[in-house]
Amino acid sequence: MRKTLLESLTHGSLTEPAPAPDDSALAELAAKVDRAAQARLGRSLAIREVDAGSCNGCELEIHALSNAFYDVERFGLRFVASPRHADVLLVTGPVTKNMRQALERTYNATPDPKWVVAVGGCAIDGGIFRGSYACVGGVSETVPVDLHIKGCPPSPTDLLKGLLALLEHVSGKR
Amino acid sequence: MGILDSIPHVHAVPSHRPWPRAVVTEVGWQAAIDRLVEGGLTLLGFWGEPTAVHMAMLDGGSAEIAVVTYECTAGAFPSVASRHPPALRLERTIHDLFGLVPDGADDLRPDLRPDLRPWLDHHAWGQSYPLSGRNASRDVRPYQFLPAEGEALHQVAVGPVHAGIIEPGHFRFTANGEHVVRLEQWLGYTHKGIEQLMQGADLEAAAKLANRTSGDSAVAYAFAFARAAEAALDIQVPRRANHLRALMAELERLANHFGDIGAICNDASFALMHAQTGILRERTLRAADAAFGHRLMMDVVVPGGVARDIAADGLMALRTLLAEINKVFPRLIELYDNTASLQDRTVTTGIVKADYARQFGAGGYVGRASGRGFDARRTLAYAPYDELSFEVPVLDTGDVNARVWIRIREVEQSVGLIAQILDLMEPGEIRTAPAAGRGGCEGLALTEAFRGDVLAWLRLDGELRVERCHLRDASWFQWPLLETAIEGNIIADFPLCNKSFNCSYSGADL
Repeated sequence: MRKTLLESLTHGSLTEPAPAPDDSALAELAAKVDRAAQARLGRSLAIREVDAGSCNGCELEIHALSNAFYDVERFGLRFVASPRHADVLLVTGPVTKNMRQALERTYNATPDPKWVVAVGGCAIDGGIFRGSYACVGGVSETVPVDLHIKGCPPSPTDLLKGLLALLEHVSGKR
Repeated sequence: MGILDSIPHVHAVPSHRPWPRAVVTEVGWQAAIDRLVEGGLTLLGFWGEPTAVHMAMLDGGSAEIAVVTYECTAGAFPSVASRHPPALRLERTIHDLFGLVPDGADDLRPDLRPDLRPWLDHHAWGQSYPLSGRNASRDVRPYQFLPAEGEALHQVAVGPVHAGIIEPGHFRFTANGEHVVRLEQWLGYTHKGIEQLMQGADLEAAAKLANRTSGDSAVAYAFAFARAAEAALDIQVPRRANHLRALMAELERLANHFGDIGAICNDASFALMHAQTGILRERTLRAADAAFGHRLMMDVVVPGGVARDIAADGLMALRTLLAEINKVFPRLIELYDNTASLQDRTVTTGIVKADYARQFGAGGYVGRASGRGFDARRTLAYAPYDELSFEVPVLDTGDVNARVWIRIREVEQSVGLIAQILDLMEPGEIRTAPAAGRGGCEGLALTEAFRGDVLAWLRLDGELRVERCHLRDASWFQWPLLETAIEGNIIADFPLCNKSFNCSYSGADL
């Protein structure tokens, strides 16, 4: 263990510079985020991730945000265990009919002001599962969505760009 | 002697490859169940059609597989689960999707009556029996969890939305103080209706669906689906394509094992390991991206071969990755082995009994940590593993620690496999075009995903469209074992046990 720790000290940081926020995401947010809400939050967002029926691909990349390369916490973005602690719901999946009620309840349990970010192709319109008897198809058909992050699954960099856009916008920097 | 020699059957289906499928009457069906109950055969899969049910079975000794089919002319079939528990969730699913009734009504012993509680069907679809082709209504009563009664017992309900970034499912714990006396899982929250979406899809669209059955096993599913289609169409895949497929499959295994080893340690509050394996996982995904253009390598394995060759700088990316793993990983193994606080949590925790692993045909690290040596890459020796040298690690303590060690040993084996493939690879074709005009053919394949064997069965029509496809994740036979593994452990050890299994929700819900 000592060797591993010492080497970690002498090695440079793996963490990469932050990508620029996604321009299209900023445009999408400009139309949606309430100015009054912006003043109430600092440069910090608590995120509750909700898998509403994804294949788990998006979750794998959301997990990657916490690794040494992306280190999402340096931006004040934190994943929290309860919707009660959350500012943001990060929702994946084509929203299966079996998850619709749970997603609604999670949304209702999240205090205002709150934002919903739909992650991945399925979360936008059901993706390849669109039209199934078992899927609602798109997060916005169940709860209001403020931002979409595309990709199947979106890479951690794509996720970071979208979340940084949200952070920048919410904190009123731009 | 073949499996079907000891099972009376009406006729074999000629277009089913590479293993036989035979139609049986009740006598044959019961004979097949007898063989499962005796332990001579292992249940590999059990799935429905509007008017038939199929069971795939493995003879572990001879590595032979056979499928038996019972035609449900009266909408019912003799229950398998009431005699052979591993079939239980599959049987409930068949009822949910097709409305076929497992028949055991003549059995007066209540424990042995078929379990018709809904499994995937949470009464939210707006229709009952969606794949039956008919509209029938179903009794809608609140879900009944199995009882556990006693003065000191209390229940803890968890999910479907969990505290971490994980898939949705519901766990109902009954506990006596801190000790779990019963865990019952109820899944189905991620049911997306994949089997119906498959029907009528062309091979390309169906392969995409297969890829997204369980995102962490995208390659394994695509590989299994492609092999089932190739078996049905009786086409050979170019040698280079097989090598590329195995490269991807082993990269996927590496990425997942790194993620799991770290996550298990993290659940035992040892975050350093999580940070270190997180780096290795990310490096693996980046190498995969450099080589195959997608971090999870989705949509690269396709029926007939692979959709794209390895990128020009992909070989170098993979060699650099292997060097990094060889440098760092031995130190992490030592760290795991020498950290008493970790051992304290993982040793003797969440034991899966060898008998259960064998009875349920548990695949992957769950089976191999409990003495079941089955590995589709070795036992069924599909290409290119038939020409590669590797070991299948097996332990018999069956605890969380053993499941970690199996992963550690498998990482070493995968590194060796990737190195061998890189040395063996020669230039060549990467795809054989599927031949049109072969009507009504059927194929079956098993591919080893990181968590165990994925089964793919399909029937194609003359236009190369999928008539019926069934995909079975290893998790179907692992989830029930998690229920047994947690018994007698404390609730606080559940995350550790659960992570050491890392069963798929999406793969089991479809």
